[in-house]
Amino acid sequence: MRVTVRLFARLRDITGASELGRDVAPDATIRSVWRQLVAEFPDLRDYERSISSAVNADYARMDQKISDGDEVAFLPPVSGG
Amino acid sequence: MTPLLAIGPAPLALEPIVAAVTESRGEGRGMDGAVAVFLGTVRNHNAGRSVSYLVYEAYEPLALRSFERISTEVTEKWPGVNLALHHRTGRLEIGEASVAIAAASAHRADAFSACRYTIERVKQIAPIWKREFFEGGDVWIEGATADPDDEMARAKAERAACA
Repeated sequence: MRVTVRLFARLRDITGASELGRDVAPDATIRSVWRQLVAEFPDLRDYERSISSAVNADYARMDQKISDGDEVAFLPPVSGG
Repeated sequence: MTPLLAIGPAPLALEPIVAAVTESRGEGRGMDGAVAVFLGTVRNHNAGRSVSYLVYEAYEPLALRSFERISTEVTEKWPGVNLALHHRTGRLEIGEASVAIAAASAHRADAFSACRYTIERVKQIAPIWKREFFEGGDVWIEGATADPDDEMARAKAERAACA
């Protein structure tokens, strides 16, 4: 199945894209998508413990399963205000 | 009518959000005895650096959901409060407002508390990032790992609000 990955701020700088389409395994979780990305962009590893994640614009835990067509977002530590 | 919750590139102003919180009371119109407001503005210095300007980026649909969550939390904690929260995105010059908050209440204590709580929660859970451009370079500012279910963070925001 295929998902859209959204990346923001420094994560976007590391990958060079704010949006990436990726094929993932049928039993993929947010974490497995993240690991797939880290394999592709090793500099992402620094964010392993500090990222948040979201599915379809709603905060979600890394162990959440994802479905075909989902939008999976990875968020570095926030700095609004 | 100005929406209570908003994020986008338009410059921020207090008057429209003050009007929004007091005029969206429906049959309760006139019940407010206080409106507390907060403006966050772009500072010309940070961590020993001379700041030139900031660029704000947001995951807008999730930011709006976070604002809705914060507004719900405020209403749970201070039932009579009506809240407006606007955040700006894009390039902001020194002195410009990046965030504007208005909290209307029958009495001032709740209005002040809700206003303070709201800015603390924005900094904790809103998916918004600032990129600081300073003399000689630029850096993404990274603060808190966003976790809306982190009760310790929420309790810290309540303490800041003297709640």
